[in-house]
Amino acid sequence: MVKLSVKDVYVAKGQNLKVVSKEEKQTVYHSKKLNLWYGEHHALKDIDLEMKENEVTAIIGPSGCGKSTYIKTLNRMVELVPSVCTQGEILYRERNILDNKYQVEELRTKVGMVFQKPNPFPKSIYDNIAYGPRIHGIKNKKVLDEIVEKSLRGAAIWDEVKDRLNQNAYGLSGGQQQRICIARCLAIEPDVILMDEPTSALDPISTLKVEELVQELKENFSIIIVTHNMQQAARISDKTAFFLNGEVIEYEATNHIFSTPTDKRTEDYISGRFG
Amino acid sequence: MVKYVDHVQVVKRMNGRLVVNKMFKIVFLLATLFALAALGVLVYRMFDQGWGYLSADFITNFASRFPEKAGIKAALIGSMWLMVVVAPISLLLGVGTAIYLEEYAKQNRLNDFIRMNISNLAGVPSIVFGLLGLTIFVRSLALGKSVLAAGLTMSLLILPVIIVAAQEAIRAVPKELREASYGMGATKWQTILKVVLPSAVPGILTGSILALSRAVGETAPLVVLGIPVIVHFLPNGILSEFTALPMQIFDWAKRPQEEFQYVAAAGILVLMTFLVILNSIAVFIRNKFQNRY
Amino acid sequence: MVMKQPAEKLSVQELIAQSRSKRSKKVVEKIMPILLFITALISVLTTFGIVFTLIFETIEFFTKVSVIDFLFGTEWLPFSGKEPMYGILPLILGTLKVTFIAVLVAVPLGIAAAIFLSEYASDRTRRLIKPVLEVLAGIPTIVYGFFALTFVTPVLQEIIPGLKIFNALSPGIVVGIMILPMIASLSEDAMTSVPNAMREGALALGSTKLEVAIKIVLPAALSGILASVVLAVSRAIGETMIVSLAGGATPKFDFNVTDSIQTMTAYIVQVSTGDAGYGTTIYYSIYSVGFTLFLFTLLMNLLAHFISKRFREEY
Repeated sequence: MVKLSVKDVYVAKGQNLKVVSKEEKQTVYHSKKLNLWYGEHHALKDIDLEMKENEVTAIIGPSGCGKSTYIKTLNRMVELVPSVCTQGEILYRERNILDNKYQVEELRTKVGMVFQKPNPFPKSIYDNIAYGPRIHGIKNKKVLDEIVEKSLRGAAIWDEVKDRLNQNAYGLSGGQQQRICIARCLAIEPDVILMDEPTSALDPISTLKVEELVQELKENFSIIIVTHNMQQAARISDKTAFFLNGEVIEYEATNHIFSTPTDKRTEDYISGRFG
Repeated sequence: MVKYVDHVQVVKRMNGRLVVNKMFKIVFLLATLFALAALGVLVYRMFDQGWGYLSADFITNFASRFPEKAGIKAALIGSMWLMVVVAPISLLLGVGTAIYLEEYAKQNRLNDFIRMNISNLAGVPSIVFGLLGLTIFVRSLALGKSVLAAGLTMSLLILPVIIVAAQEAIRAVPKELREASYGMGATKWQTILKVVLPSAVPGILTGSILALSRAVGETAPLVVLGIPVIVHFLPNGILSEFTALPMQIFDWAKRPQEEFQYVAAAGILVLMTFLVILNSIAVFIRNKFQNRY
Repeated sequence: MVMKQPAEKLSVQELIAQSRSKRSKKVVEKIMPILLFITALISVLTTFGIVFTLIFETIEFFTKVSVIDFLFGTEWLPFSGKEPMYGILPLILGTLKVTFIAVLVAVPLGIAAAIFLSEYASDRTRRLIKPVLEVLAGIPTIVYGFFALTFVTPVLQEIIPGLKIFNALSPGIVVGIMILPMIASLSEDAMTSVPNAMREGALALGSTKLEVAIKIVLPAALSGILASVVLAVSRAIGETMIVSLAGGATPKFDFNVTDSIQTMTAYIVQVSTGDAGYGTTIYYSIYSVGFTLFLFTLLMNLLAHFISKRFREEY
């Protein structure tokens, strides 16, 4: 089997996107005056955020603040809820994804997502990872084998499952299932990975593993992560956005936000006075 | 302080209340056992009457005027032919409708009407479906008293049952699985075909087999279609005339000679065995492939 | 797929871009909902087919027989050669006699069984008894009919000396046994969906289980229970094979249950197994009877729908 490291692929992809040096990181996502309503309920208000590549951006805030809604707007999963209505722009690599002409399927091939609850398909581990490449037309068995191994290695779970790739993914523990879901997401080599509270259903040890994984993935992917756990945001992210009642209260470098927050409400939240 | 509740009195009356409770528990139990007893007596009677007439000859003989020569071959094979027509048609229509209603249908009047219509269709007596089949399939489309005419009628009859079973199975697929698929850039149809349906298949099959077994046991529509009973040949295609197990049993049960009662009972044993096999398959699928979400 | 370059030079995203057949995907996405919608329309077409078939052939019938005679006539004698009479009331009465007896049997037994299963039975007992109810519900009606004719009627004749071979009592009881599982399992569903907190509240005040069942659970589940009864009545009205085999073929306008009767469904069977030719008045009469039967059951189904919707409990 030809070994294919994540790094090689990154270089290949980099050529595609015009190679840029690490110092001047490109913007992946830029939302401008984004508003969103669920029917009458105004869930997101004038969101202006800019996210850079190869960074981990954390979104924190109390429940109901709109952080999950926001991350689901970034790959338009929010449209699965009926009666959703949006206004404003979200630029992904300088193209407005809220434009109706933008194909959601194409967007979601470039932007992967990891969900709150581990949600592997009731299929074998192999079929779970191969699902994405297969639906996008990759049928060559040899190529699929390579993608599966590379993705599982990328999600740091290859050694645990390499001998039982044909077993049902439901036999794994919750933490393993979540890393399978991350591997499934890596299999189509997305540009950005969205994570919606990926550790909220996991035990502390599994959480730690996923956090370490996020740190590694950052080398090759841009990561946007929603978390209700402030320590987690402090541990793993480069930048942090604090959401409250559908508004961005503060968006700064993480160490800045946790040491010297500008806004009184941010300070109250991170010091545990509410939320 | 005034006491409104006299605890001495309450304790005295408690015994009586407990006795009444015990008595009613027994009454309720007896009512439940009545159903069990009815089933027991029914099965015992069928074996008692039919066992003596059940033989290899009975399975391999055609119908006859003489009870000792009467056989069920044409009816048994006819019922199997009927299933060959009913199973694919009702599954295709039923599952298709269920996917439409669960995955595509928006909340509007047309779709509300379709839903309402299905639940009402489930309550239409089977004999009325017979009248529909007689007019449309037997006469207007000139299919005659064929396997196809009867199969189409039966398919429509069990369609609501299959739709509801498939809807429940599809609804039971967690939305997280759909989200995961959409999140990978899969289209709606890819998600349905590769994620939703595979997870829903055991539920759909179990419900459909139970519906099929209903089609196998239904008599009234066949009577109205005019399906013959004295048949001395096997169907050679779906446009061939045929007879079916319940029709044959109905004919024997109506006959005045006492011996035919035993032949009818033997026929019922064959029919029930057929149904038990179908139901066992359904239970097996349910237990074997039950998903743990 | 032909690959000129070794795999390691290609990224998955490029492979995807290469193999994407956007157009066929798009076509499938557009066509499938339309195809599925068409399958969904078949069920609507079935209803229209039933309604129009019944209406057209019934209109044909009314060109030969007056509507007044049909609706209010108390004699149903289609086979009397010289002067056939088509008054549907005897058939309706026959149907109602059987249905009434069936309800008398099935409602108390069914609800009692539901109370036992939801309030008294242990999990093990329930798992034992529910499959039996399912089996009972799955037995073909032809088998029940045979059972009524060859077992229930002779037994009843021992008890009631004047009972005829064909009568309303025996099929009524057996139809009752047939609809019993339906009432029991639907009522049990309604009762088990009453939240446990309500039971615990009453038990904590020192109520017995019986008092909880009668005073708390039954009223709370009443709409579900009523709906199940109405649906069962609808099933009993449309039941065909039991009444054809054990009920007889002599429609009578009286309230006697020990004598031979004929129901609407049994009449349709009688004509279908006889040799009334296509296009005769008798042929069209089965549609007029079928239409009446359809209206009766439709009314019951709508009533059940209304009850469970109007009185849905919000826990």
